Amino acid sequence: MSAATNAKLFYARGPAATLLIRGAHVLDPRSGLDEVHDLLVRDGRIAEIGAPGAVVAPAGATTIDATGKHVFPAFTDPHVHLRTPGLEYKETIATGTAAAAAGGYCQVIAMPNAVPVVDSVPMLQGLTLRAEREAMIPTGFLAAVTKGEQGEFLTSMTGLSDAGALGFSDDGKPVVSAGMLRKALQYQHVAGGVIALHEEDPALSSDGVMHEGAVSARLGVSGIPSVSESTMIARDAALAAYEDATVHFQHISAALSVQALAAARENGVRATGEATPHHLLLTDEAVLGLDTNFKMNPPLRAERDRQAVIEGLRSGVIDCIATDHAPHALQEKEVAFEEAPMGTTGLETAFAAIYSELVVPGVLPLALLVERITAGCAVFGLPQPRIESGAEANLVLVDLERSFVVGESGYVSRAANCCFDGRSFRGQIELTVAAGQVAYAAAGVLDAAPAEVR
Amino acid sequence: MTASLLSVEQMDRAAIERVLDRSESFAEVSGREIKKVPALRGRTVVNLFYEASTRTRSSFELAAIRLSADVVNIHQTGSSIEKGESLRDTVQTLSAYDPSAIVIRSPHAGAAALAARFTDAAIVNAGDGKHAHPTQALLDVFTLHRRLGSLDGVSIWIVGDVRHSRVARSDVTAFTRMGATVTLAGPPTLLPREIETLGATVTPRLDGIGAADVIYVLRMQNERMHESFVPSLGEYARCYQINADRVRPGQLVMHPGPVNRGVEISAEVIDSQQSLIGAQVRAGVAVRMAVLYELLVGTPPLAADGEEVSR
Repeated sequence: MSAATNAKLFYARGPAATLLIRGAHVLDPRSGLDEVHDLLVRDGRIAEIGAPGAVVAPAGATTIDATGKHVFPAFTDPHVHLRTPGLEYKETIATGTAAAAAGGYCQVIAMPNAVPVVDSVPMLQGLTLRAEREAMIPTGFLAAVTKGEQGEFLTSMTGLSDAGALGFSDDGKPVVSAGMLRKALQYQHVAGGVIALHEEDPALSSDGVMHEGAVSARLGVSGIPSVSESTMIARDAALAAYEDATVHFQHISAALSVQALAAARENGVRATGEATPHHLLLTDEAVLGLDTNFKMNPPLRAERDRQAVIEGLRSGVIDCIATDHAPHALQEKEVAFEEAPMGTTGLETAFAAIYSELVVPGVLPLALLVERITAGCAVFGLPQPRIESGAEANLVLVDLERSFVVGESGYVSRAANCCFDGRSFRGQIELTVAAGQVAYAAAGVLDAAPAEVR
Repeated sequence: MTASLLSVEQMDRAAIERVLDRSESFAEVSGREIKKVPALRGRTVVNLFYEASTRTRSSFELAAIRLSADVVNIHQTGSSIEKGESLRDTVQTLSAYDPSAIVIRSPHAGAAALAARFTDAAIVNAGDGKHAHPTQALLDVFTLHRRLGSLDGVSIWIVGDVRHSRVARSDVTAFTRMGATVTLAGPPTLLPREIETLGATVTPRLDGIGAADVIYVLRMQNERMHESFVPSLGEYARCYQINADRVRPGQLVMHPGPVNRGVEISAEVIDSQQSLIGAQVRAGVAVRMAVLYELLVGTPPLAADGEEVSR
């Protein structure tokens, strides 16, 4: 394991890439790069960034003519469900990370709400071993805050941290008891690891299956009010401040929640937040047809909520984009809306969806999208992927002009429950290099003859 | 694909009026000694009921029989639904018999629309969760239309548990499309947030109910008390029961059934000359005959390809 690779990321080792990418527009807001360059990756590291035509390909390098295309640091996702162990019929580490690679990601963090829940050291060790065999890209794991995510007993947080957990979450559920969360926040001082929170007050969510508002009123299905999320964010921010702890608020969906997070940060609380592509792009209007691909938790909310989440992402109150990639089998989603499980896939569409719907129309600058979609794993202390000479190669080649219809040629993920299914987006991922290895290459991209040696 | 009736939202005023006209002629059939016409002879109608029902199921069955269709009734108990067969598989299995129509009642919103994806038969929504009950709305319109001649300018108050009522939702749409103005009244806990966006006035008080031409009373279920939506049925009755003190002469009273005598409505009002409850039940058969006829025989169909005309 190389020194630069984080000890808490697990993946299958393969050959290090040697590639010359010619004439791409290289954009990395953190490195200050924003122009056309040749970019040489040698033995998995960024060896040279030079003027177009100035970089010489070493023997054996594959040369890619990337004229008119873009290179960004590869994306990172702090919130995915790889459904392992126990739910491999929905997704596996192999298929989920392949989907991530196809979406331009070089790091993902998997949630512990599998069957059984990842709440013990042997369970986590089993997962990391599997990831070392199967994962196409570096994969990190959160462990549960409470045993079985039942909210009653703390997990062995120090042991789990030593065994590789990047942090803790009962994602899929809130930590309902303030007293229980308080103890976990206290334990953070010895165990380390950010505690990530799925915020929802079950007493307010009740039997809700979508956002409470005009659409739920019309459809006659029970609603989940915005205050179900925002009151818990306010509560837990106060607890984090009181215990001098660090928390991360997952999948922020409501305007009131953005306000609560902004207020907490103004008061100096160490809290971060994430937003999903679906909460940035869709509203409860999408649920009018009761298509179960639009059933997720937190639910798609009202337009004013969507605008507040976009504004939160722009201003930095929300730090990063996370997909909450939540695969389900076809037969599970092919039922009445109220009976369907919550969740949408997102890894393969996140960049193109946000690029097409927010960057192309001028709502967000491209550089801001690149910054936020690469910032997620840093919340859990992982190094930011950067394009600079000497860095491990974590980069993505994108054709922003090329459009595609989501799902038209199937999905890399084992699941097809994508809320963007059938939509046409621009921004095709052509190549993903993760931890110096080629994790994904679109058909034809690597077929070019080896570079002539000059 | 055959047209389906999934929601009254798919019907504009002209489509509703076509059903009213057709219902009028079938009401005449129901008044004859021989209550049968050959309109659907040789065709099959399946009634697929995932929920208990007396009125809706029996009237759909009678409607199909009086149109001379062959009828198959499937109930949740004693069928493979009980064995966990999915809606998709049940609908596809029944479709192998090539029925002209499948009438479906489900506890889940959107079940009728889901069923329509898996069959070429016309789907008639006989109630899906708390979402829609289009044939109830049509028979309510028919009943009022017969009594008043027109719904234009008529003030209708729908009173009670709006939250859990598919009838309320479908009625608001149908009544307003026919020119009536609708007020939704009930306990604040049972009035969904933003329900006014359906196009109704919303109030938690009955102070203004004297201005109503029609009071439409919704069923108040016992379990709502256990869920703490109301403190007690007594408290509910005190504030919202439609009784002789709250009904003035000349007002009409409706109820989709089944009634809880002495809870949401008093016995004396049910049995009064102002009550249209019996007329509603009688209208059920004629209106459901009209719906089946319009979907399977009538041209143009209620709406092309089951698409909603508007939302």
